[in-house]
Amino acid sequence: MCMLRAIFSHPSGRIGGTIVLIYVVVALLGLFDLTPHYPLQQYRIDRLHAPSVVYWMGTDLFGRDVASRLMKGVGQSFLVGVSAVALATIAGTILGLTAAWFGKLWDGLVMRIMDVLLAFPAILLALLIIAIAGPGTWTSVAAIAIVYTPIFTRVVRGPALSIKSREFVDAARTFGSSKSYILTRHLLLNLVAPLTVQVTLALAWSLLTEAGLSFLGLGTQPPASSLGLMLADSRNLMETAPWLLIFPAVAIMISILGFNLLGDALRDILDPKTRSRTA
Amino acid sequence: MTPLLSVKDLRVGFGRDPAKNEIVKGVSFDLAAGETMAIVGESGSGKSVTALSINRLVDFGGGKIIGGSIKLTRADGNVLDITQAKEPVLEKIRGSEIGMIFQEPMTSLNPVLSIGTQIEESFRLHRGLTGKQATAAAKDALDRVRIPDAARRLKYAPNQLSGGMLQRVMIATALACNPRLLIADEPTTALDVTVQAQIMALLGELKRETGMAMIFITHDIGLVAGIADQIMVMQAGQAVEQGTLGEVLDQPQHPYTQHLLSAVPHFESGRAARTDFSRKAKETPALDVDGLVVRFKVKGSMFSRAQGSVHAVENVGFDLMPGETLAIVGESGSGKSTTARAILGLVKPTRGRFATHMGSITDATDPATQMVFQNPYASLNPRLRIDSILAEPVIAAGGRVTNETRDKMKALLKRVGLPEDSLERYPHQFSGGQRQRLCIARALMLNPSVVVLDEAVSALDVSVQAKVLELLVDLQKEYGLAYLFVSHDMAVVERIAHRIAVLYAGQIVEIGDAASVLSNPQHSYTKRLISAVPSIDRRNQHFEIDTRQVPSLVRPPGFEPPEAQWREFGPDHRARAEA
Repeated sequence: MCMLRAIFSHPSGRIGGTIVLIYVVVALLGLFDLTPHYPLQQYRIDRLHAPSVVYWMGTDLFGRDVASRLMKGVGQSFLVGVSAVALATIAGTILGLTAAWFGKLWDGLVMRIMDVLLAFPAILLALLIIAIAGPGTWTSVAAIAIVYTPIFTRVVRGPALSIKSREFVDAARTFGSSKSYILTRHLLLNLVAPLTVQVTLALAWSLLTEAGLSFLGLGTQPPASSLGLMLADSRNLMETAPWLLIFPAVAIMISILGFNLLGDALRDILDPKTRSRTA
Repeated sequence: MTPLLSVKDLRVGFGRDPAKNEIVKGVSFDLAAGETMAIVGESGSGKSVTALSINRLVDFGGGKIIGGSIKLTRADGNVLDITQAKEPVLEKIRGSEIGMIFQEPMTSLNPVLSIGTQIEESFRLHRGLTGKQATAAAKDALDRVRIPDAARRLKYAPNQLSGGMLQRVMIATALACNPRLLIADEPTTALDVTVQAQIMALLGELKRETGMAMIFITHDIGLVAGIADQIMVMQAGQAVEQGTLGEVLDQPQHPYTQHLLSAVPHFESGRAARTDFSRKAKETPALDVDGLVVRFKVKGSMFSRAQGSVHAVENVGFDLMPGETLAIVGESGSGKSTTARAILGLVKPTRGRFATHMGSITDATDPATQMVFQNPYASLNPRLRIDSILAEPVIAAGGRVTNETRDKMKALLKRVGLPEDSLERYPHQFSGGQRQRLCIARALMLNPSVVVLDEAVSALDVSVQAKVLELLVDLQKEYGLAYLFVSHDMAVVERIAHRIAVLYAGQIVEIGDAASVLSNPQHSYTKRLISAVPSIDRRNQHFEIDTRQVPSLVRPPGFEPPEAQWREFGPDHRARAEA
């Protein structure tokens, strides 16, 4: 609760937090099909209908309600983004922690592989993985997770190395504390702050990557809806039905802005150096 | 005659509302040319802020002068109020009229520039010298601070010089333009005692040679006896006592000054050594260390073999009886911490044997030996509550946290003088001294027989130090603990040790009962170490300048040192014979 209050008393946290909250609600409504219309229902008579009271964001070429499809799409992106980031966090944390703790050969091996992965632009690497595994929702989850794992590995390894040499870890060793106890209670617990910030920022990037993959037709497959897919479909109708393009584009923009603002706020709040100034 | 510097009712505040957050609350003093004033106080007393206000460096740390005046008589005879001066004027004054040296010589110099370049900078800025002239001036400056072989040393990078040498370079830089006032902010705190003595001697000589005035900031009232003319004692932003050296040291008026002079450990050449323990003939030692050797391999490149090894600890052996304190003293790099860490299993010994009365120690999990670390801010995990911190040794020893454990935690916290509700709090809610008490409580959770204290009071303020030492002595009597007390501070060692082992370059050079070693040192290194300890009894004492360096500990592979020859100087006092 203390954390929530801190976020909402931080200027960019207030905006980012609100956006993310709305985003999550919309995503959940979309995922559980609590939309104004059934997203796949085709209202043939109302094809390319401009935004109105019935169709809040208009309809597309097949007469499907854009607002409902957008909610469904937000839900889909959220599902992909969250699962991918969760996987990346778990994998990255384990790799980073063990690399820092065991050092030597294992550290070298892990970090060099991470360097190689980081050398490729995110979207290009994701494309490569999907090209090998074939398009689909769960391959894009895997692809995004692999792309973002190196970032988490680095974020964890750096501070873990410095915490490892702190005196309280030495103290724990003199008691004879087990490796797993030291790794979880002393190292991981002190990494919660940087990890929280990184998770929020990674969510923003992974939403963008997911939209990009779907736009290229490699992520979510039609007829299921996704923001990237909606953008791709609307390209040819940009002049006749601009709402088809505007609403999903704005949705992507606002959600990424929201996660970034929230991430910045969390960084300020959790960083002991800036904490005194904002509190 | 107008004084060189006249400070009247100086007030300095910090933060958004400096008036509310006042750190220096109305300090006044006069300083004549050629005079030295010492500002003595503990951390947070405002002594550094006062000094930094004099050259207005305090502005860069977020401070603001909110009242009073600082009048400096400049070289041309004009009087300038520094509180009103504009930044361009201040830039001219800093370096040319007011020089400054800081606490940490290792971080005050830019690591990527040669020291010559950094000294020349001052000549270039204030005297307009360039090229060869600047280099020559820099060489003269290094000669002046008695750095041997100055011409060659100009090309050195800071990492090639020791801490004492770097502090000399800092002094050379500060004195480059013959400032009329030198501000020294704890210039020797980061240095070893023998190096400290050298730097103090150098400052004294330079003062006599150049006739400059000096403001010397320190927390160690013993240190100023040799150099100051005036003393100002500060507490919580106020000057509680001001006067000449003799007045303040001999007839302190303010209770805080009296407290500083009495409660704070001062070195008394063995007279204050403890006498509450004597060895019985037939007793099993609580800890027996025999032939401890720790070597670290110096790595060669990928394809060549090891180049040799650092002989950090060489054939160290001693025993420690229950209820006894053995102090291991020595300077940085002497191997004293490595010895402690090897006993706790934090460093793998190359050879050697330890035994407690429970038997041979095979690994670190022996609950009979526990350790208290130097830095109380780093040795407690900031994210764990105190009850989890105290429970850790119990869990590590395979036990479970029961109501009994909680009762024991409460009893121990009470014993070390912490409030009962401490269990539900986090480390950041405690002060440095309280945290060190927590560390002591944690070390006692498993009823150890030996506690290794690695510089356990070095990071604490002097008056807190005294209280923690008292607690340690009480606990020792109550539980019959054996202490292995590692420290560089002879004054502290004198208060707690029954026996002392002097470590030099990885080897014990002298060992014996505390009173005997401190009052009658036999090995040349012990003598040097003891003569360097600052003391209020040694007023205006002249130190010989000694630039001897610790020998390199890197030895070729397979090197074994010759067997040590010992000479006895009493029933329990022996020193290594010197060549």
